[in-house]
This record gives sequence, structure tokens and C-alpha cells, in this order.
Amino acid sequence: MLGKKNNRNDMRKIDDTTKAENTRQMVILNVYRANTYRNDLPRFEKYQIPIQRWMTVLDALLFAKSYLDNSIGIRYSCRMASCGSCGMKINGIPKLACYTKISELEGNTITCEPLSNFPHIRDLVTDFSQFFEHHKEMAPFIHNNNADIRDENRLSEFKQTPQDVDKYLQFSYCIKCGLCYSACPTVATDTKFPGPQALSQAYRYYADTRDHLSNRRLNTVDEKHGIWRCHFAGSCSTVCPKGVDPALGIQLLRGHLMGFSRNENTIAKLRDPTSKES
Amino acid sequence: MEVLYSSGENRTKLVEKMMLKESQIMKIHYTTGLAALFVVAVHIIVRLMTPSFGLSLSYENVIKNYHNIPYSILLESILILIAIHGFNGLRIILLELRQNKRWEDGITIFTIAATITIIAYGTRTIITANWLG
Repeated sequence: MLGKKNNRNDMRKIDDTTKAENTRQMVILNVYRANTYRNDLPRFEKYQIPIQRWMTVLDALLFAKSYLDNSIGIRYSCRMASCGSCGMKINGIPKLACYTKISELEGNTITCEPLSNFPHIRDLVTDFSQFFEHHKEMAPFIHNNNADIRDENRLSEFKQTPQDVDKYLQFSYCIKCGLCYSACPTVATDTKFPGPQALSQAYRYYADTRDHLSNRRLNTVDEKHGIWRCHFAGSCSTVCPKGVDPALGIQLLRGHLMGFSRNENTIAKLRDPTSKES
Repeated sequence: MEVLYSSGENRTKLVEKMMLKESQIMKIHYTTGLAALFVVAVHIIVRLMTPSFGLSLSYENVIKNYHNIPYSILLESILILIAIHGFNGLRIILLELRQNKRWEDGITIFTIAATITIIAYGTRTIITANWLG
């Protein structure tokens, strides 16, 4: 009974969306244009885009690039919120262009700007070098003294319980799109601050039972411009398109640094490749 | 000692060892903040309990307060806790303004010096007032 009611509500929602789309056949795409290397003065250019049902902002931008102005600078790849390339500010909020439907935006004008807190290159393209440097500082890989990857005969898998996996699983969904970094108020003022992405990844590997580098990561984040500079604004978690909660990761890592919680992880054992245990 | 200070590198390592980790500083920051809340609350309650609140800052009353040893200790603890918490807070704010070693070292030295100066000056006032007739 309840299922039928929900189904009817869903249908009504779809009908409403269709009605809205029928009354709004065109949108104006307001795109930030500037080439930093040519010292261009920033300006906004407007493009009128015919919209179709389920069209995303990326689709609209690619329409403008294909038929109206092929000089628009934009970075994109997968078109399915997997690669994290098409991050930009859409109507002032950091979002993935491929994951933002035009129908969910209010008004007839869509403003696209490059992400804040990143050095600008051209139009909607920003430089991610500093962002990836911060990410690398956290040693974002499993380092295990017991696993010798050169010995193929002994190479095996680690034994982890579902509870072990739950501790870090949501943080491993990060696609490094940089939206959290762009939304972070601390990054805006402190360029040495690693940012929510790097800090949540530090927690992701810290909480992983297969890893041996926990203390190194704690030392990396425990410095003047490190984890303690987070103001806990929470905007990183709000803008994440993959449902990761970087603010939670930061608070959990802080708890470990303060001694409120302990990492009681025992390092996961390698499964014996010769045993018949499945 | 000569061996220890034979090179600049050794000296830097020694200074780094002597410096507190940021997590240790933040533990002090949070503890002093919470403790300051408590002692300031006690201070306000004691003030409110004074029969003539309007006269509580009159010369005789202030000197009388300083002669009360537990109350002087309370004032001294307020001074120490708020100076440490406040100046560390200021250091944190200033750290975000610029990011270079000279600036960071400068504000660290400034905040430590300012904390010591304020505590020394306040303590001197409490002790002097306590010894007054």
C-alpha cells in the first residue's frame, strides 16, 4: 500500500519536473572566461542553451563548446561522477558539472565559475598541483612490512573483518575532485593547510588495519598548519558529491591525536596462499 | 655541550625537540579554556554574593579581596589561564594570516613573551596588593 503511494508521489514529482522543463526550454549559461597566462581580464560570457530532459550542466557546457564557442576551456572525462575532473562553482556552489542536472537548479541563468582556492589556468580549468601535493604528503597507500610484493609466490590477501572495513570505507569513496578543498574556509586563508581531502585520506589509511604507517601520518598532520587549523565549518562534507564526510574524518583523527580514542587496530594478517581456507 | 652545539643542524634538532607538538599545545589550549570558564564563573558568583555590589570595586574592598589568600589564588589562576588561552588563540589567528617561517617564529616568540609579561605584571600587582597594609 505504502509502496503504491510512494510510487504515485514519485510519478507526480516526475510530472512536475516535466512541466517545469516544458515552460523553460532555454537557459542562459553564464561562463567565466579568462586566461591567467595571458593576463586576461576576467569576464562572463552568456550562451543561450536549449535544454532537454535530464540535461546536466556539463551537457550544456559541451553544447556551448560544440555549437556556439569552441574556445571555452573546460576539463572533463567520465561524465558519470567517477573521475572528479569537471568540478566547478555552479551558481556559486562547488559541484560536479556532470552530476548537476539543470532541472535541479533555480532560475533561468546558470553561472559557471572555476573552483575557488585553486590557482586559475583558463576559463573553468584550475591547477590541482598543490592539492595533489597535500594528498601525497599523507602517504595515500597501504604500507605493510609483512607484505613483500616482490615475492609473487607469497603474495596473498589480507584478512579483514567487515567491521574493520566499515571504519574507513566511506573515506575510500573519495574521487579527488577538489570540491571540499574549494569549499574549505581555512584553505582560503592558509595555503599550507592540507585541506579536508588530504586529512580525511590520512584518517582513511590510519584506520586501515592493513597499514603500518599510522604514526608517520599522525606526525604529518600534527603540525602548525595541520589538522588543528580546521574550524569545523563542515562545508567540505556538504559539497562532497560522493557522500564522504571529510569533517568527520578530521574530528576522528583529532580524537586520536588528543588521546580520546585509541587506534586499537591490530595489523591484519596475510592469508597463507598455500592453505586451502577459502 | 660543545659537541652538541658544534653545528647549526644539531642546534635546530635540539630546538625542535624542545618545542611542543601542536597536539600538546591544543591540549593545553582546550584545558585552559575549560578551566578558565570554571574559575571565571566562581569569580562572578563571589562578586554577586558581595552585599554591596556597587562598592565592590572601591579601594578598601579591592585591597580586602587581595588580602584574602584563596581569592588571590583564584585571581592568579584566572590571570594565568586566560593569558595562556588568549595568547595561544591569537597565535592561531595570526598563523593563518601568512605562511612563512619568519612570520611563524616571530608570532611564536611574540605570544610567549606577551604571555610571560602579562602574567608577571599581574602577579606583581596581586603580590604587591597582598602585602599592602
